[in-house]
Amino acid sequence: MSTRSSPSYETVLRDLAAADERIVVMTAENRAAIRRLPEALGERFIDTGINEQTLVGASAGLALRGRVPVVHALATFLTMRAFEFIRTDVGIPGLPVKLIGYVPGLLSEANGPTHQALEDVALMRTIPGMRIFCPGDEADLLLGLPAVLADSVPWYVRFNARRTEIRHSPFAIGRAEVIHEGSDVGILACGALLQEAAEAADLLHQSGVSARLVNVRTLEPLDEWAVVDTIGRCRLVVTVEDHFVRGGLFSAVAELLVRRGIPSHVTPIGLEGWFPPAMFPDVLTCTGFRCDLLADRIRELLNLADSQG
Amino acid sequence: MSQRAAAAVESMALRVRERVIRLATGGGCFLGASLSCVDIIVALYTSFLNVTKENLTSSERDVFLLSKGHDVPALYATLAELGFIDGSRLSNHLKPSDHIYWHPNMAVPGVEFHSGSLGHLLAVAVGIALDQRLRRQAARVVVLMGDGELNEGSVWEALLVAAAKRLSNLLIIVDRNGFQANVRTEDLVPLEPLEEKFASFGCGVLRVDGNDTKALQAALSWFPYTEKIVGTLVKGVPQGPSVLIADTIRGKGLRSIEALADRWFCNFTPGEVEALIEELHGSAEARLRSRAVAVR
Repeated sequence: MSTRSSPSYETVLRDLAAADERIVVMTAENRAAIRRLPEALGERFIDTGINEQTLVGASAGLALRGRVPVVHALATFLTMRAFEFIRTDVGIPGLPVKLIGYVPGLLSEANGPTHQALEDVALMRTIPGMRIFCPGDEADLLLGLPAVLADSVPWYVRFNARRTEIRHSPFAIGRAEVIHEGSDVGILACGALLQEAAEAADLLHQSGVSARLVNVRTLEPLDEWAVVDTIGRCRLVVTVEDHFVRGGLFSAVAELLVRRGIPSHVTPIGLEGWFPPAMFPDVLTCTGFRCDLLADRIRELLNLADSQG
Repeated sequence: MSQRAAAAVESMALRVRERVIRLATGGGCFLGASLSCVDIIVALYTSFLNVTKENLTSSERDVFLLSKGHDVPALYATLAELGFIDGSRLSNHLKPSDHIYWHPNMAVPGVEFHSGSLGHLLAVAVGIALDQRLRRQAARVVVLMGDGELNEGSVWEALLVAAAKRLSNLLIIVDRNGFQANVRTEDLVPLEPLEEKFASFGCGVLRVDGNDTKALQAALSWFPYTEKIVGTLVKGVPQGPSVLIADTIRGKGLRSIEALADRWFCNFTPGEVEALIEELHGSAEARLRSRAVAVR
């Protein structure tokens, strides 16, 4: 594990667990990203087998005893199969269980709709007190993990370890980060599509369109100021997320704007249904999230907005 | 246990039943399901659990979980008898100003975890038992489950895990009162042969009369159970969780409602409650006019 020089999800978890004996890492036999943790954590690595309900219920029992369980399982099965256990055993008492949804959204690639977690954020948003982190890449994930584990409430982390060149600002709960400044279009993005959104912003800049890109790291709590500020600065605002447009980032933004009575026109760029199972680059293409397609879409929206005055 | 000590426990169980019956009015409670497990809960607190009102925050204490949460009147009445809560607090039953309602709430001292949705607390118990073991503690975790609750798949899922993790510090007690809600278990989803089911999952299993204080105390004193062959206790190192199947009578103590399918949830008039308490203490059967309530 120490042979690798750059930190990873599992080395960060290992180091956090080494420094805090309350931390246990649990899984429903989803070890791809944590293959070396059993050896590193010993008894504090708990694999319950393929049973998300027991996994989450047991995590509540451990949290009740003062542990901080990091519960790593496939996002679909964790948030849906075990939903009632999350809501009832973790949510009602507000136990500090950290749910890590692995391969959410488009990251399930060619598994098909059974494995496509496209409503995970929507479900977690319905649980009072549940906080939600949608990291834009691996660096973002690693920046946020220490704060998520140190926070004394439940969290849902939409796992994303894509590598990008994006330079992030320090992580703070409830704070979005502005990655590009611009005023023609505001792009509110989160999760695995941050990279595509960043490349689309570059393409737009090259063609004379000024794009403001905001990485909405935590959907709960939402950085309300960052959203409202973007609305005020930009002619057009879009949300970009690999999630159903109902219940995720777009919904969170829409709820905020309606509640505040802020007149605005925000266009959701998300999913209306399940996507064709394929490898990630092909999925990006056929869902229209590939950076050039995304830039084209935004230009069209800008033209439409301009033509409508 | 001496005759005198056993009599004291039975006397306490009688007082617990009286407190429970007093909650079956003004909105009512799950009376039948509460009365079936009174002897189990009283036996646990008087001869098994190391829990006192003084050590409720100690991590070394045993943990008792009520997974069939609708029998919470039996727990609250026991906690009142033991002084964990003031007995007068039970008069707050169903008042929004307190937390005494149809299912357990952790805001009440002695309640280790909330429940209500069946099939949850065995999984929670697995987590607690794992933590006790991580801490190298002698403490144990006890989960009381309903027999109807065994319909839930999550029970058997958690049992597989408890056996896989060899949680010999875990005791599962099944309140085998023969009913699930308003139907006999064997008429809907048959559970028997129940000992064999649990044994085949890797549990040590005992079966006793769950309304017999002495039998319960003996069974609890034998924990943890080591046998894989039903019916005989074998000395040895326990390899998995223990299961105590406690055969009980729903509504135990009140002949007028005992083992009646439609006397699960009961909401009686204050007069009927007084008559039932007299019946509990050996007088004639109460004449009940309140209609039976079918819930669920």
